[in-house]
Amino acid sequence: MSIVPILVLSSALFSLGVYGLLARRNAVMVLLAIELMLNGVNINLIAFEAAWGTVGAIGQVFTIFMITVAAAEVGIGLAIVILVFRNRATANLDDFTLMKG
Amino acid sequence: MTAVFGLLAGAILFTGFRVVTSRNVMHSALYLVGALGGTAALFVMLSAEFVAWVLVLVYIGAVIVLFLFGVMITRAPMGREASLDNEKRGFAAATAGLLFLMLAGSSIYGFKDVELQGLGETVSTADLGISLLGRFVLPFEIVSFLLLAALVGGIVLARKDLTPGQEEEAGAV
Repeated sequence: MSIVPILVLSSALFSLGVYGLLARRNAVMVLLAIELMLNGVNINLIAFEAAWGTVGAIGQVFTIFMITVAAAEVGIGLAIVILVFRNRATANLDDFTLMKG
Repeated sequence: MTAVFGLLAGAILFTGFRVVTSRNVMHSALYLVGALGGTAALFVMLSAEFVAWVLVLVYIGAVIVLFLFGVMITRAPMGREASLDNEKRGFAAATAGLLFLMLAGSSIYGFKDVELQGLGETVSTADLGISLLGRFVLPFEIVSFLLLAALVGGIVLARKDLTPGQEEEAGAV
């Protein structure tokens, strides 16, 4: 089986994440879209690993690093969303206009 | 193998599409579970079993629960909600579509000759462990420290600040 269908699938997943990132209004939904994008990149790494079979499973090692960093990002991101919600009583990104000139 | 991949790709794309278009925040988070489960099955198909189980445990087990807590704490509109998307949806769809054409086009053009190896011919979990704790042990420790720092930072950010009087009470308990 060729690698191309898997790359197209991961491209589609990444693009869906970009759409969600730009179109969503709620901060939690934007974080969900970022997870979708990271997932597409993970599929790419594993696909190339399965195609070329690098010595020492480098593709899988990097996928595990990405999953760890994504978990850290979600923790910090949701903490910031909760903090902003406590101060502004909304999670709507269009309402965060404090630094608008 | 191709039929299994087609089935998985369809499931992942459908659930991924519903994640970004669903009118209900809770449904979006649960559709993300579907997309991640499909991805884990795809990883098993590509003989990356350990990463597949890491994905199930870390994402579906921990990150989704964190998201559900986030949805509940920020009192995001739980029912059907028309104002979940902003007014720039057309622009967002155009950007995503162009990006998809660019990424898919370059993938097809650049890697059309690359074939997947058969199942079982790629690395095993033992190789992954030796690599992770051998050649990549320093990045492994750094990333574990990053996760610790991020989670401590998350607690510090999200906890309620106590006034001096409350701090004394909390210390006395």
